[in-house]
Amino acid sequence: MAEQTDRAVPAEIRTAQVRGPGSPATGAHDEPPSVPERPDAAVVRDALGVGIAVGLSGFAFGVTSAGAGLSVWQTCALSLLVFTGASQFALVGALAAGGNPFTAAAGAFFLGVRNAFYGLRLSAVLGYRGAVRPLAAHWIIDETAAVTLAQTGRRSARLGFTVTGLSLYVLWNLTTLGGALGARALGDTAAWGLDAAVPAVFVALLAPMLRSAVERCTAGLAVLLLLVTLPVLPAGVPVLLSALAAPAVLVVQGRWRRRPAPQERAGAYHDTVEEDRT
Amino acid sequence: MNVWIAIGVTAVGCYLVKFLGLSAPAGVLERPLVKRLAALLPVALLAALTAQQTFGDGGHLLLDARAAGVAAAVVALLLRAPFLLIVAAAVAVTAGVRALGG
Repeated sequence: MAEQTDRAVPAEIRTAQVRGPGSPATGAHDEPPSVPERPDAAVVRDALGVGIAVGLSGFAFGVTSAGAGLSVWQTCALSLLVFTGASQFALVGALAAGGNPFTAAAGAFFLGVRNAFYGLRLSAVLGYRGAVRPLAAHWIIDETAAVTLAQTGRRSARLGFTVTGLSLYVLWNLTTLGGALGARALGDTAAWGLDAAVPAVFVALLAPMLRSAVERCTAGLAVLLLLVTLPVLPAGVPVLLSALAAPAVLVVQGRWRRRPAPQERAGAYHDTVEEDRT
Repeated sequence: MNVWIAIGVTAVGCYLVKFLGLSAPAGVLERPLVKRLAALLPVALLAALTAQQTFGDGGHLLLDARAAGVAAAVVALLLRAPFLLIVAAAVAVTAGVRALGG
């Protein structure tokens, strides 16, 4: 459930990446978008594959959250109500680091902003109206967007969205509960090395985003800003301040791009996708 | 109580951005600069969070077993291990280094 940003990556590539490189089912996405809708069984199979694989990682969240000192109820409330993995991990990490609730929530919120961009693209594809729309909104995350945008018609898009959303939501919440209860049974989670789970999750989420020099510069600058400000600013503030690396790099890149460029950079930026996880 | 406040604020905020995206008229968020910033913001946040969770200890920096664990996660990542295995590698190596007194 850990999520990636919306980058207008071709949806079929994204789905293949969610499944992992070399997965036998990825060939199903190689057709051009003009083909007729895929059979329901194929859509359901892909959706369940993503939903189950990613849903199981709720276990890592449950263990991490309980290890960070949240109660089982608080851990489950996060998975039920927030339901966007990177934000959940970020909030738990920030609270464990001693941040106040608002700076902790702000970091989690900014990580969740990309879901608005998924929603924007999905609204045209899904065409939900009325009471369904506020319900569907809760399931708009990286994985449902990837599966839905890989479909070729409204019917299969809705089917893919519903099956991915339902299987992922149910499993993510069950495994969260299991992880939280398991962590309590373990006792001192630091002795088991569980405090390293959060940065490992962030590394796994971050790596596929580092596609070009722009992303790498942003990540490097953000790390630098954090290491410099962490000892001098109140808990939680350094992370938010480090987010300024994003606009800073865009400003520098904007100046640099005013020189004549040999190719349309935005296109190259989107096409050099490597690998997406969870 | 503070934890519940943080959970509430995050839940409301994260839901509202999802709903806003689904309900906004097409074109509102389609400006290239807005999209590029939205794509780059998680990169900065995740990088900062990784550094904070690896080297942060309250208000100071600390190099301890977690760094070894995160290094193991990077190795697992480069070996294209699945998500849960990457996390498991970090946890196992951190626990191992601590057990050895690191």
